[in-house]
Amino acid sequence: MAVTKRIVLRFPRRLVERPIIYRLVKDYDLEFNILKASITPEQEGLLVLELKGNQKEYDKGIDFLIKAGVQIQSLSQDVTRNEERCTSCGACVTVCPTGAFRVDPKTREVLFDNTKCIACGLCIPACPPRAMEVHF
Amino acid sequence: MAKTIAEINEKIKEGKAVVFNAEEIIDVAREKGIKRAAQEVDVVTTGTFGIMCSSGAYFNIGHAKPRFKLGGGRAYLNDVPAYTGLAAADLFLGANALPDDDPRNRVHPGEFTYGGGHVIEELVAGKDVRLVATAFGTDCYPRKKLETLLNIKDLNEAVLFNIRNAYQNYNVAVNCSDKTIYTYMGVLKAQLGNANYSSAGQLSPLFNDPYYKTIGIGTRIFLGGGTGFVAWQGTQHNPGVPRTEKGIPKEGAGTLAVIGDLKQMNARWLVGTSVLGYGCSLTVGIGVPIPVLSEEILEYTAVTDADILAPVVDYSDAFPNLKPDILGEVSYAELKSGKIKVKGKDVPTASRSSYPRALEIANLLKEWIQSGKFLLTEAVQPLPGAESAVKVKPLNERPIEY
Repeated sequence: MAVTKRIVLRFPRRLVERPIIYRLVKDYDLEFNILKASITPEQEGLLVLELKGNQKEYDKGIDFLIKAGVQIQSLSQDVTRNEERCTSCGACVTVCPTGAFRVDPKTREVLFDNTKCIACGLCIPACPPRAMEVHF
Repeated sequence: MAKTIAEINEKIKEGKAVVFNAEEIIDVAREKGIKRAAQEVDVVTTGTFGIMCSSGAYFNIGHAKPRFKLGGGRAYLNDVPAYTGLAAADLFLGANALPDDDPRNRVHPGEFTYGGGHVIEELVAGKDVRLVATAFGTDCYPRKKLETLLNIKDLNEAVLFNIRNAYQNYNVAVNCSDKTIYTYMGVLKAQLGNANYSSAGQLSPLFNDPYYKTIGIGTRIFLGGGTGFVAWQGTQHNPGVPRTEKGIPKEGAGTLAVIGDLKQMNARWLVGTSVLGYGCSLTVGIGVPIPVLSEEILEYTAVTDADILAPVVDYSDAFPNLKPDILGEVSYAELKSGKIKVKGKDVPTASRSSYPRALEIANLLKEWIQSGKFLLTEAVQPLPGAESAVKVKPLNERPIEY
């Protein structure tokens, strides 16, 4: 069964110089799409990836990453909305490139579907009450 | 059938007033007809919840021992500068004020994470705020330095005083240029990438009383979760703009200056706001009750989003250069459909003001009136109307001769 998942990888300093992603492709036949990367030699690295492939191979690939010492978080949890601060104004709706925000046509409440979110971060400073939070 | 405000207040006290919000009244008027609806309904409640930049608050902090004079000195609340051109213990804080060390737009677009609006929100939420002030010292006010925590409950007065709120209509902002721009109307993507608007439309106070027949100086209102009053017409009040057949202004027109005791307000309705690339502000909740004194007034309150038109303005050129050009007019019904047509192109829309919160305000005000705890007031003086000579003028710049 084929799966597509978005994950956040955190590399400790010792792994930054190793070709980890290359192994995902070569050994587990996973297709990857880099959504966000900040890897500094000699420092910690952070990579937001979309991985596509066979479920079995995907699981093995993730297992390999964990064993190698990479910390993994599922991306959907990484951009969250502080419901207390959100006023449902709608400023985020047209800023989001993937349509993760939708206005309920009846109530005019702004709904956030974080499965569509690619964690690009554009909504974070564009939100007037700063209700969107990114956790890496 | 003409009713008076005194008669309506009697019904409110008896718990018998018939109240609808400005959304519900549309269907009530449709079902019952204007005449019957005007007889049966006493009050229509309106609401708006949006970024209102010309907002601020003044405080009296009490006298220090030994005495300290703020007036003519410098004062900061949580590092945000407050105005000290008043007497010894008075301060005014504007929603747009920024800390001296805020990088502003040095790296564009600036984030503006904390400013005057945020200080007001924190005070209202009951949080302690740091006051750091310096003065020159006098014989009667000897101290030169003051550093203390302040809490709203200890202040002698904490008063929200917004000199321009609740704009009657507003521009729809678009960007015709080739690069993204960061405006007070939000992030505007290049080549008509999006269109932002900012009004509660059919729920907004001044759309429901377009000729200011009931809303005037002294009108008691919902302000920031508490009660307040219309203090004056707002700055830039511009009642003489072109109107539709039903009297609805087709561009920014009337405005309100409002005042109220900050101590009884609530941070849900006064939210510190950051506008990317533009600055800090305050999002303010306002609700105005409209007494149904006549059929004419009822008819005004039955206004719908389809009746209200707003001008589409290019914020990459026409707006910054104060050109009158508009790219067309669209109704709030079209804006709320999610897209509008500009220059033949479908442009996705987004709101800057919150309709759900505006509705919540109108409903809260309705509850207050129904439960007898909010009485209506007669305006002490009307706002300048469409026939008045009050008009917004641009700045006439004149060279200074040295």
